[in-house]
Amino acid sequence: MLNIKDLKVTVENTPILKGLDLAVGAGEVHAIMGPNGSGKSTLGHVLAGRDEYEVTGGSVEYQGKDLLDLEPEERAREGLFLAFQYPVEIPGVNNTYLLKAALNAVRKHRGESEVDAVEFLQLIKDKMKIMDMDESFLSRGVNEGFSGGEKKRNEILQMLVMEPKLAILDETDSGLDIDALKVVAEGVNALRREDRSIVLITHYQRLLDYIKPDHVHVLSGGKIVKSGDHTLALELEEHGYDWLKKEAASA
Amino acid sequence: MSGEQSNSARNYELAHAEVAHQLPSGGWLDTLRREALARFGRQGFPTRRDEDWKYTSLKSIEKQRFVPATGAGAEPDAAWLDQCRIEGLEAIRLVFVDGFFDAGLSAIGELPEGVRVQSLAAALADESEPLKGRLGAVADEDMHRFAALNTAFVADGAWLHVPADVELEKPVHLLFVTTADDTPRLVQPRVLVSAGRHSKLTLIEHYADPAGASAFTNVVTEIDAGEGARVEHYLLQEHDSAAYHVGSVHVAQQADSAYVSHNVNLGGALVRHDIHPRMLGEGAHTVMNGLFLVGDGQHVDNHTRVDHAVPHTGSDEYYKGVLWGKGRAVFNGKVIIHRDAQKTDASQYNGNLLLSPMAEIDTKPELEIYADDVKAAHGATVGQLDEDALFYLRSRGLDARAAREVLTFAFAGDVVARMGLAPLRERLEAAIAQRLPGGGLA
Ligand SMILES: Nc1ncnc2c1ncn2[C@@H]1O[C@H](COP(=O)(O)OP(=O)(O)OP(=O)(O)O)[C@@H](O)[C@H]1O
Ligand SMILES: [Mg+2]
Repeated sequence: MLNIKDLKVTVENTPILKGLDLAVGAGEVHAIMGPNGSGKSTLGHVLAGRDEYEVTGGSVEYQGKDLLDLEPEERAREGLFLAFQYPVEIPGVNNTYLLKAALNAVRKHRGESEVDAVEFLQLIKDKMKIMDMDESFLSRGVNEGFSGGEKKRNEILQMLVMEPKLAILDETDSGLDIDALKVVAEGVNALRREDRSIVLITHYQRLLDYIKPDHVHVLSGGKIVKSGDHTLALELEEHGYDWLKKEAASA
Repeated sequence: MSGEQSNSARNYELAHAEVAHQLPSGGWLDTLRREALARFGRQGFPTRRDEDWKYTSLKSIEKQRFVPATGAGAEPDAAWLDQCRIEGLEAIRLVFVDGFFDAGLSAIGELPEGVRVQSLAAALADESEPLKGRLGAVADEDMHRFAALNTAFVADGAWLHVPADVELEKPVHLLFVTTADDTPRLVQPRVLVSAGRHSKLTLIEHYADPAGASAFTNVVTEIDAGEGARVEHYLLQEHDSAAYHVGSVHVAQQADSAYVSHNVNLGGALVRHDIHPRMLGEGAHTVMNGLFLVGDGQHVDNHTRVDHAVPHTGSDEYYKGVLWGKGRAVFNGKVIIHRDAQKTDASQYNGNLLLSPMAEIDTKPELEIYADDVKAAHGATVGQLDEDALFYLRSRGLDARAAREVLTFAFAGDVVARMGLAPLRERLEAAIAQRLPGGGLA
């Protein structure tokens, strides 16, 4: 599905990712944890195609293609989805408009016909039920005035509509109350299929209770410094990152 | 005054002499016209040394010889004219070709008792002299020199009168079109509106040209809003990109009257609007909405001036501009709160979106406050499209062009939403989508 090799990325001449390797197979769930500022969101943005990040080395292969060669919208249509850590508010652009445009963009790309207003409304209502979202969100501007938790739900709603192959969720669990966390986890689990992969960027073990990862990685200082199974997350929860830094220093 | 100035003014005097015998005449009208011509001759063309014209050069107009239109022989293309209709709008429709009323193309229909909707020429020819004491009564020709030029040539246009307590349900659509041929024309219609006490009317002043028409339109609109009257005024400027337009709107507002202006600028090479409501009676209220889309080779200058002359009046101004290419625009919003105008509530905003680094806007709010118990707020912004929002939309599958258009549209959308007539909003939305660089919403 995704194969990242020795990825090096700089922002405004500051190296952020310094030789990152990560392989995600079809159907797998990976969790990426790591200290603040270690480069987790940078990785997400680079994969989604944000151009202010400069890739200075390495390669990213996605479904057999050179991902770095594609425009952000092409990546999205090819099934790569990033749920943003900080979703953008876009006043004046209707939430429904964006959801429908997003859906039709991927459908068109897959050679399917565009949905009409009636079909769309039915589809979106079903997905909103999963996300326990009120229909009034449809008539508002994209994320406009949404609370932190509502924005995160809206991200997952978009994901459910676009049905990506590879979903990268950047701290979608942060700022959610306990019930909302369950709802978001249900949303993610509703998407799971053996040909779909999920990368969860998170600081907390709690989300991983609901979505059990196959692999857990620690990103620190722009590299994956440790990988393991779900028990690694428990270990991190207990001991923090200090022991890893020491381990890295002595290595 | 420079020699150059009087030279170009002189050209207009000569042109005037050539058509003078064709202009309607009569005692008071001749006097009015003569005085206006003399005034324009004295003042001449404004230059950039004039504070009000600092950012707008009239050189491109001055160096050309525009021939005064006489309304003879010109006929617009029927298919093209059809596109100028506002779809879905049921209106009283008056069409003017090169500034002259064309009865054959117009449809006025039955009017409520006492309502007058007719050509200015017909009203000038009326023996009961309905325009005497009205024409030129609201316009301030010392402040607006081109208004004097218009008066000097006044021959045709529209005369609207709605008597007291009458609500004119159908909007009045005044469509001004020009015709294209080798001689660029000087087109000078006049619009005169009198809204009686507690009357209501909606007026659409609409300008359009066939492709390549480089006429110079100099229009004056005078609106007298009686006590408690409500006048909603759309200015829809869809000129061809070769056209020149100078226009001023003068409004006298009596107590408790409401004047609502929607000033939309989509076309033109050089466009200047002056909108000047004066609140003369307590409880009067003005709303001014504006939208200008300005691309390569275009210069659009909006000057508004609101005079709060008495207590308890309000004004609410909201203008937005979208510029691209080498487009240039000027916004100058003057709000004058006179000494006696206590309890005035005035707000003004001008937001601008620059889609290219070459585009330029000069925006300037000017608040002059001589009363002490007032509320006045103003703000101006100039910005680019939000890169984060662009990326967000693209990450949801919208291509770069569509994403830019969606955001531009969102920026302009709230001004459009302030306009009451749905068919106009729809026309505007389509026009915006079409005029934006790239064109066409995905
Ligand atoms: N546009 C930018 N300009 C300058 N520095 C940036 C930019 N984007 C990211 N950085 C820097 O890159 C580093 C990595 O940031 P990133 O957002 O990827 O961290 P993170 O691992 O997601 O942290 P967190 O857990 O707090 O979300 C930080 O030091 C950040 O300040
Ligand atoms: Mg982050």
